[in-house]
Amino acid sequence: MTIPWRRLPFLALLIAATFLFVYPLVWLISASLKPRSQVFDNRLIPAVFQPQNYVRVWDAAPVLRWLVNSLTVGFMAAATVTLSSALVAFGFAYFRFRGRNLLFGIVLSTMMLPGAVTMIPVYLIWNRLGLIDTQIPLWAQNLFGSAFYIFLLRQFFLGIPRELFEAARVDGCGYLSMFRRIAFPLCKPALVIVFVFEFKASWSDLMKPLIYLQTPEYFTMPRGLKQLIDAFALSGHYEWEIAIAASVIAVVPMIVLFAFGQRYILDGVATTAQKG
Amino acid sequence: MPRSELVRRENRAGWFFVLPWVVGFLVFTAGPMIASLVLSFTDYQMIRSPNPVGFDNYRALFDDPRVLKSLSNTFVYAAMFVPLGTVAALGLALMLQRVGRASGFFRTAFYLPEMTPAVAAGAMFLLLLNGQQGLVNKVLGWFGINGPNWTTDPNWLKPSLAIVSLWTLGGTVVIYLAALNGVPRQLYEAAELDGAGPITRLFRITVPMISGALFFTVITNTIAAMQMFDQAYTMFYGPQQKAAASEESLVYMVYLFQNAFQFFKMGFASAMAWLLFVIILAITFVQVRIGNRYVYYHGER
Repeated sequence: MTIPWRRLPFLALLIAATFLFVYPLVWLISASLKPRSQVFDNRLIPAVFQPQNYVRVWDAAPVLRWLVNSLTVGFMAAATVTLSSALVAFGFAYFRFRGRNLLFGIVLSTMMLPGAVTMIPVYLIWNRLGLIDTQIPLWAQNLFGSAFYIFLLRQFFLGIPRELFEAARVDGCGYLSMFRRIAFPLCKPALVIVFVFEFKASWSDLMKPLIYLQTPEYFTMPRGLKQLIDAFALSGHYEWEIAIAASVIAVVPMIVLFAFGQRYILDGVATTAQKG
Repeated sequence: MPRSELVRRENRAGWFFVLPWVVGFLVFTAGPMIASLVLSFTDYQMIRSPNPVGFDNYRALFDDPRVLKSLSNTFVYAAMFVPLGTVAALGLALMLQRVGRASGFFRTAFYLPEMTPAVAAGAMFLLLLNGQQGLVNKVLGWFGINGPNWTTDPNWLKPSLAIVSLWTLGGTVVIYLAALNGVPRQLYEAAELDGAGPITRLFRITVPMISGALFFTVITNTIAAMQMFDQAYTMFYGPQQKAAASEESLVYMVYLFQNAFQFFKMGFASAMAWLLFVIILAITFVQVRIGNRYVYYHGER
C-alpha cells in the first residue's frame, strides 16, 4: 500500500478535530467514575475508580423515572409525528385537490415562524384543558404533522413512480390502502429518518418540559438534569460527580440510537439541505 | 364513472389526507398567532382577564433595558457563531473530501456531539470551561495562554455560549460534504488545465457550486441562533440565579421565557415574541435578497 503523502496533513488536522469533538464526551464518561475531589483532575483514567456514582445518582433523584418518561414521550412524539406527517405528505404528493398549492405554501411558511409566537396561547390551551403537569402537551401536537417532515416526506413520495399507484387503483385498491401498502413501505428509510430526528429532538428538548412539567416524578431526562444542577446550585453543595453521572445517563441512549441509526441519520442530514 | 365524479373524489381524498395538518394548523398555529397578537395589546398576567392597553407593551419593549440588552447579546452570539461555524464547517468538509474513504469515520465522529442533549452539553461545558480547573484552560496553559474565567467573567459568557454551539457543528459539516461531493470533477480538471491554483479553485468553483448549501445553513443557523435558549438557560439561569447574575448571558429567548412563565407577564412576552418574529423575518429577507444575487442552483439557468 502506498502512503498517501498528500493526504497526511489533512488526516492530521482531521484527527485533531476529532479530538475536539469527541474528547469532551470521553472526559465526561471518565469524570463520572471519579470521586468528587478528582473530577477536575482532567486525567483520562481515573486515579480512583468510583463507579458508585452511578448507584448514588439513583438515590439522589428519580433518574429511572426520568429515563422512562423521556423514552415514553420520545416514542409518542416520534411515532405520532411520523404517521401524521406521512399521511399529510402523501396527500400533498399524490392528489390534485383544490387549494393544494396554496395550502402547501402555508405549510412551508410555518417553518419560518418562531415557536415563541405561539408558545403562550398554546400553553393557555393546555392550561384550559387541565393538562398542565402532564406529559401530553409534550407530544400531542405531533398528531397533526410537522411542516419540515411533511416537506421531507413529500419529496420522497414524489419519487415513487405514479404508475405504481395507478396499477393498484386498477386492481381496486382504495386510497388508504394505497398509502398503507405502497407509499408507506416504499419510504421506510425516510420514515426512519423522521422518527429518529423527532425522537432525538424530543429527547433533548428543555423548553417544553420547563413550561409544562412541575412534579419531579413527571420530568424528562433533560428537565431532571437541569433540576439536579439547580438543586446543587441552590444548596451551594455541588455534587458534581452526581450531575456528571446523570449527564452520561442522558447522553448514552442517544449514542446507542446513533450507533444503530447512523447511516439513516447522516444520510438524512445530508439530504435535508439538498431537498431544501 | 363520469370524469367530474373522479375529480370530486380526488378532491375529497386529498383534503382527507391533509386534514390532520389543517386542523393542527388552525388550532396550534393560526389561532395562537392571532391570540398572541391580541394578547400583546393587553396586560394579561393569568390571574385576571386581560385588559387592553394599546401599544403600552410595545413601548415598554424599548423602555426595558433588558430587552435591548438581551437582543444585543443574541446578535453578538449569532455574529460569533454563524460566521465561525460556517467557515469551520466548510474547512472540515473540504478536508473530509480529500481523505477518501476515511471520511466516513470522521463524519460519524464529528456528528456525535449533535446527539448530546443541550442540557448535558451545557453541564459538561460548565466544567470544561471552569476558569480555575477546567480542561480548556489547562490545555491553553500548555501553550502559555492564561485562559479567562469563561463561565463567570461577564466578557466571556457569550464566547462560552458560542463555543458550546460550535461543538455541535457536525450537522453543517455533513451537509457541506454532501454538497461538495455533488460538484462535478470536470470543473476542477478544466480549471487546473487553465492554470487555476487551489485558492482560485476554492473561490471560483467550490464556493459558488455549493452556494445553495451554504445559503441554506447560514439562514437556518441564524434563525436557530436568534432563538437559542437551552444552553444559555442550562448554564446561567434557573431558580438559583443570583440577583447580581451578569446580564451578559441573557439571550432574548431566556428573557422572553422568564417574562412569560416566571413573571407571568404574558402580554409583554407576547409583544417580545412578535418583535422577535419581525426581526427574524427582516434578517431572512435581507439574506434571501443577498442570496438571490449570488446563489447558484443546479439545473437552473
